[in-house]
Amino acid sequence: MAETTVKEKKSGLSFGKAERKLLTDPLNDNNPITVQVLGICSALAVTTLLNKAIVMAIAVVFVTAFANLITSLLRTYIPKQVRMIVQLVIIAFLVTVVELTLKAVSYPIYKELSVFIGLIITNCIVMGRLEAFAMANNAYKSFLDGLGNGFGYGIILIMIAAIREFFGKGSLLNFKIIGSGSEYLIDTNTSMLFGWYEPNVLMVLFPSAMFVIGVLIWIQRSWNKKLVDIS
Amino acid sequence: MHSTAYITRFVLIMTTIVAMVLAFLSFGLKPIHKKNEAVYNKKAILSAIADQLEGDYTKMTDDEVQGIFDKNITQEVINMEGTVLGSEDVIAAGYPGGRAEDIDMRKEKKKSDEDRIFPIYTYTKADGEKLYILSVVGNGLWDAIWGNIALKSDKNTIAGVAFDHAGETPGLGAEIKDNQAWVDQFKGKSIYDEQGNFVSVDVKKAGGTKNLPHAVDGITGATITADGVDAMLEDGLEFYEPFLKKNN
Repeated sequence: MAETTVKEKKSGLSFGKAERKLLTDPLNDNNPITVQVLGICSALAVTTLLNKAIVMAIAVVFVTAFANLITSLLRTYIPKQVRMIVQLVIIAFLVTVVELTLKAVSYPIYKELSVFIGLIITNCIVMGRLEAFAMANNAYKSFLDGLGNGFGYGIILIMIAAIREFFGKGSLLNFKIIGSGSEYLIDTNTSMLFGWYEPNVLMVLFPSAMFVIGVLIWIQRSWNKKLVDIS
Repeated sequence: MHSTAYITRFVLIMTTIVAMVLAFLSFGLKPIHKKNEAVYNKKAILSAIADQLEGDYTKMTDDEVQGIFDKNITQEVINMEGTVLGSEDVIAAGYPGGRAEDIDMRKEKKKSDEDRIFPIYTYTKADGEKLYILSVVGNGLWDAIWGNIALKSDKNTIAGVAFDHAGETPGLGAEIKDNQAWVDQFKGKSIYDEQGNFVSVDVKKAGGTKNLPHAVDGITGATITADGVDAMLEDGLEFYEPFLKKNN
């Protein structure tokens, strides 16, 4: 047993408790959106529809993971005086790669998201992880940390988008569930049980994302006591 | 602390590498981007005549969309007087492609009226009936809105419309694109009255327009976008009047 652990440590690519913590911590205890309250602007803007939020989440996971990886590989060479600019160049580079790829793979989604994809550059989560983690840790750990934070951001984004799309438009992933019209699964014009139901237009407007984030933070804190400030 | 020479060298090398990779990627993907954009714009035109097409245009492959354009659609470009322009005039107007599909309506809107050119697409159905698709552009609440209006062979009755927008509020203004029931209201409305005078189609706030020939209901909570559609139709369709009248 002792021998194997030594071997694993040498390879540097082991996946132990510390590594798992890097991935899971940002999902709950140290979530970028609900705990650190970063990346709120895009959480408001791209969460009206679930499919947009999913594409955005994938883009951010890619950017945080690879920006962390590249920065960590270069960390001993990056001159301290210009490190912020260098980090920004790395992020901008990756975001442009995402943008060009998306434009080639799914043009309609690129059209809907375009400006917000560009704005990942200014997403504080990415910059924050580079400065706080990747500049001080090895490439493997930084990559995991980037993945974890991307997932932490993405999971909240997807939750908000699912709530907003369902209550605002009565659909999920553009699959129409409840609303007025025969194309919906539950047609409020003919259904006996749900005749009273009206979609909540407030949910498609930006302020509702704030309320939803607030409620998510509330739920998370009443369930995860570690986050509650005792003082 | 690093020396200034080191910093300069580092920054230069790094930006050069990044610039080269991005330039390479952008150059390599350009043909795909161009094709995607062309198909996207063509689908927008087809969406105005969606129910006249065989099959669902949203599920068509790129080649099928291109096939319809090659086989069933003739594209022409007209000026303010309704005269059909040759491709050299279109190139002179700033579109190197020289075809109707190359015209950027938002760019045209910025020109003075007499310099503007307009695309017109004629779709010939299997039974020989012709549909005319006109392009219009206007302003919504936040940004530009635009649309394609398909007229039946009488050049008066609307066969279908499709609108799009750059940044209207989802669920409110964006309903001009997303709400199919609202878009379908336009079908069967006409743009000329019985005396043959141009009246356009009004977007009415009050509602109850089902049996009116020249009006549709507005959208709750999106008055400004709906007014934008109203103004866009009135201004945009009027430009086509010389052409529509000429060939009657």
